[in-house]
Amino acid sequence: MSQTAPAAPKAVEGSLNFLDDRLGSTNFFKRNARKAFPDHWSFMLGEIALYSFVILLLTGTFLTLWFKPSMHEVIYEGSYTKLNGVKMSEAYASALHISFDVRGGLLMRQIHHWAAVLFMAAIMAHMLRVFFTGAYRKPRELNWLIGIVLFTLGMVEGLFGYSLPDDLLSGTGLRITQGVLEAVPLVGTYGYMFLFGGEFPEGNHGDLIPRLFTLHVLLIPGVILALVTAHMMIMWHQKHTAMPSRNQSEKQVYGYPFYPVFMAKTGAFFMFTFGVTALLSTVTQINPIWLYGPYDPGAISAGSQPDFYMGVLEGALRIMPNWEITAWGHTLSLNVLIPATLPLGIVFGGAAAWPFLERWVTGDNRSHHVVERPRNAPVRTGVGVAAVTFYGLLWLAGANDVLADKFHVELFKTTWFFRVAIFAGPILAYIVTKRICLGLQRRDAAVIDHGVESGIIVMSPEGKFSERHVPVREEEKAVILSKENAKPEAPAVDGSGIPAPGTKGPMGFLRSRLNRGWTLDDIPVEDRGHHGEHHEVEEGERAGAEQKELSR
Amino acid sequence: MKRFTAWRRRPWAGYAVVLAALAAIGAIYAGFTPQNGRAEAAGIAQAQEDLENGRQLYNKNCASCHGQNAEGTKDANGKPLAPSLLGVGAASVDFQVSTGRMPAMNPGAQMPRKRPIPEFDVNIKTDYHDPEQREAAEKKKAQAEKNLADLRAYIASLGGGPAVPTADQVDPDKGDAAVGGKLFRTNCAQCHNFVGSGGALTGGKYAPPLDSDDVTPTQIYEAMLTGPQAMPVFNDTTLTPENKRDIIAYLVKTREEPNPGGNGLGRIGPVSEGLAGWLIGLGLLVLAAMWITAKKPKKLKKS
Amino acid sequence: MSDNKDHSTGGEQQPREEGGAPGRVVGTPSPAAERRLLPEGDTAAPEGAGEELDEQAAKRAERVVASLFVLAFAASVAFIAYYIGWSGRDGGMHGIERARESNLWLGGTMTLAFLAMAVGITIWVRRLMTSQPVVQERHELRADDATRESFAKTFLEGAQESGITKRPLLRRTLLLAAAPLGLAPLVLLRDLGPLPEKRLRHTYWGEAVRRAKAQGKKGVRLVVDGTNKPLKVSDFATPGGMITVVPEGIEEHSEHPLNEIAKAVTILINVPPDKMSPRMRARGWDVNGIVAYSKICTHVGCPAALYEQTTHHILCPCHQSTFDATDAAKVVFGPAARPLPQLPLAEEDGYLVATGDFPEPIGPSFWERG
Repeated sequence: MSQTAPAAPKAVEGSLNFLDDRLGSTNFFKRNARKAFPDHWSFMLGEIALYSFVILLLTGTFLTLWFKPSMHEVIYEGSYTKLNGVKMSEAYASALHISFDVRGGLLMRQIHHWAAVLFMAAIMAHMLRVFFTGAYRKPRELNWLIGIVLFTLGMVEGLFGYSLPDDLLSGTGLRITQGVLEAVPLVGTYGYMFLFGGEFPEGNHGDLIPRLFTLHVLLIPGVILALVTAHMMIMWHQKHTAMPSRNQSEKQVYGYPFYPVFMAKTGAFFMFTFGVTALLSTVTQINPIWLYGPYDPGAISAGSQPDFYMGVLEGALRIMPNWEITAWGHTLSLNVLIPATLPLGIVFGGAAAWPFLERWVTGDNRSHHVVERPRNAPVRTGVGVAAVTFYGLLWLAGANDVLADKFHVELFKTTWFFRVAIFAGPILAYIVTKRICLGLQRRDAAVIDHGVESGIIVMSPEGKFSERHVPVREEEKAVILSKENAKPEAPAVDGSGIPAPGTKGPMGFLRSRLNRGWTLDDIPVEDRGHHGEHHEVEEGERAGAEQKELSR
Repeated sequence: MKRFTAWRRRPWAGYAVVLAALAAIGAIYAGFTPQNGRAEAAGIAQAQEDLENGRQLYNKNCASCHGQNAEGTKDANGKPLAPSLLGVGAASVDFQVSTGRMPAMNPGAQMPRKRPIPEFDVNIKTDYHDPEQREAAEKKKAQAEKNLADLRAYIASLGGGPAVPTADQVDPDKGDAAVGGKLFRTNCAQCHNFVGSGGALTGGKYAPPLDSDDVTPTQIYEAMLTGPQAMPVFNDTTLTPENKRDIIAYLVKTREEPNPGGNGLGRIGPVSEGLAGWLIGLGLLVLAAMWITAKKPKKLKKS
Repeated sequence: MSDNKDHSTGGEQQPREEGGAPGRVVGTPSPAAERRLLPEGDTAAPEGAGEELDEQAAKRAERVVASLFVLAFAASVAFIAYYIGWSGRDGGMHGIERARESNLWLGGTMTLAFLAMAVGITIWVRRLMTSQPVVQERHELRADDATRESFAKTFLEGAQESGITKRPLLRRTLLLAAAPLGLAPLVLLRDLGPLPEKRLRHTYWGEAVRRAKAQGKKGVRLVVDGTNKPLKVSDFATPGGMITVVPEGIEEHSEHPLNEIAKAVTILINVPPDKMSPRMRARGWDVNGIVAYSKICTHVGCPAALYEQTTHHILCPCHQSTFDATDAAKVVFGPAARPLPQLPLAEEDGYLVATGDFPEPIGPSFWERG
């Protein structure tokens, strides 16, 4: 760049001109080529999901070339000799054919499945990053909502894909799906009959697998693709959020230009995602359907589990007490309905409502582009960790038989443990997390006030020992000072007795209470320009308390 | 080798082979046929001696729990401590002792599989280089086999019961793994998992894994036949001996089968797969992301 | 949030300027170092200014990157070569050993190709690209008030021009026209499946028993699932026995055998008659302690079949509902609300027969079950 720019090669210039003459695309390129992208490893989590999705589309297309979505019963005579002469559906037989007779078929099947696991895992990790840094705040609520829809669609897409090969495990999954559908009040049995085209598993014409296939390869991926596109376009338009640092501000974004640096980086990451899925598929086996055997309604295996992203539902079903209401000739299966809807309802519904709830509580209507450090929003971070604990416990509960078996614990004790922990765990997690956040705030305040420990012990003339503190480096100071301190609450009534707007009525009361909860024990971190040179060795705790006094 | 090849072409070679084969069959038949006359009397005496050995082994190792006459024992409240062994049969004894479950060490929710006590340890190492050592080990092994056989015979003499299956009944090569797979998935996989990796039961009990080589076809057969501990019984009239052999064929073939897609992750299904996806997959990609977004190395810049 | 606008203050912070800290004492923890996840310290360069590279280091990096790309090339070539030249030998891939080999070769070469390229590009970016970070304005996303106002005006004008505000009749009839059209696709979905009717209330046992009774028999025989062997009472006399059974003739006579098996599959258990609860004995549906329960869990329908002959528990491996086989399959633990339905058994000509269908719907509860 410091050299004089050479003229563009003919081929490049020619094609650019061709496009520009017809689309005016150069304006777009000019505006966007040097778009600044802030760097942080956690900003790449979403990209894992994006690239896994590309891998899923490619490998999925490969698989459709041989897969037969048919429940027609055949007798297998093929190269997996251990199943020769066994009755199975054409779908299962064709999945065996892909695995054992199509060269590279097994690899593609495994890449497809590993990419699905990575897709969901990356979405989860990405959402956690967005949540804990408050990156969902205005103006990015829409993308947050799209993300939640994408995650939900991913779950359904995964469940259907898992069901297609018609092996014992996937059939068991469908059987549970049927049981859950039946539990729906009023329309449950109709839903069941309509989905399966009759009774489980074949219906009247073996419709189920063809239907799931169409949903799995056409409708749901189509919607996902559209939403991913929207997600990316919104992100591009709004510009990426940035981590707080000396160079970032709400007004300006600091980062490497899209062309060539970010383009190359994301290209490299694309390759990494491909490489890691290929690596996993080479060295670790996933979904060995030939070992599960064909679906047989009378058979079941110990340790029948869904893929990890459905584990929450499985766990909720396992730890639910057996409540059921039968009255006036009708049955309401709370033992199925509650676990099937409530936990995910809480997590997804809560996540979707959160940005709006937070905006209402804090009254913060500004746009935010520099994200917040998790410690600086202790309530949010606490709630997030509580949700993660809730989800994680249900997840583990979904594998309680494997846990009981591998760690030699009594099976029913694991159930009871989870029944208690599902309530106690999140509360405990919230309290502990909030305390940790506040502790970190205190330390930040101490660092700003007193600098950092230099490691040099100084003896004063009186013989007292103290450690010399030095001012913190500018970069760190900028990060620490990115904290926005809580403002003193506006009085509920002004001087002439008129209530402040937004505090009227029960909702106003609730809002002001919640607002107080949000900012209650905030530790102000301010640069008041005094840097202690010789402080005695003291705890951050005391410094923080002292400071609180001062700020009152 | 050359001379042998030449002989094969002689006109009489065919007859010679047939004759030799007949002779061999005769010899083998003689070996298997019960001996008559004098041999029988000697056999009875020998059998008496064996039974006595079995009784002594029983008194030494088993009687403390199962009672002097194998009638079982109860605790002060009348709750059974150890079951009666009358009628359990040789198969049950062979299973319990050869898998090391009996004699039990400390009664818990379930007797774990362990190395059998030395008197019954038929799997001791014999492939020593030192001939003396090898001979001693082989002798010990033979003694252990005899001890086990004598104990079986003794318990069987008390009240009959299922016998130990023959080698032919448990030969995995003679079974139909496809039929066995279907039967296994319908009747066994619910506890032992689809490939026999084991699983949890209630109250700290568990279905033990069947996928290691120490679980011999004979033991699998005996377990089905006798229903040890919490396991239900699959007697020979419900699942015929052929059915059992099919199941053995399925299990043995499955555990010998390589994992074509890489490491099998314990063959326990999606739980370990999810773990691998998070730890290896996402872990590696996060490391890659950290590297990609890390600050540029300073030393490369021209200073 | 405090805006940090001091990005223009350039200069590296390491080593610190004088007046700052002296060198750290080895071994003391640095509170600062713990917070270095953020790529800080870079400062924006004026647009267009590139970094200057150390010539030698750049050359070295170039060689490394080029070798990685060559490695990726070689791996891709190996992938193709294996596929064309080796994987198809002896008539192509058939069976597990070759699948394993092919997975290893194709996957291994593919992994190598992708990762070598990924690493190569990363090193290229990190060591050879001279671009400097840039700073860009974040523009206000919302349009300014004037634009908003002007659009609002345009919008209202359009509405006026179209007449939709002036002619409520048109508006309402249009809505009227649209409403049923929206429902039409839902109606179209009606033929997705039959109505539930009484399907969930009976199993093939009922039909099979009816057929048997029509032939003057007491009931239908129980056959072992998988071998179709009819079971005699004496066949199943061993205490502690368990087996999965289906009604005789289910495969031959039913229209959708798999659907019927999915409902009719039953576990046969031999429990000690003295252990049976009084109410179960009063039912009299066992034959000398041989009892039959539906294998379909009343929770969400997994086959509940882990029978422990010591505790007489039947456990469902999916969600661990546990039933007591000696007490009419009463629920003793887990999320299932109702016992497994019991099949009435009897003896006929020495064979075990079922004399009727399950007395209640099997499997998971549903709204109409009552």
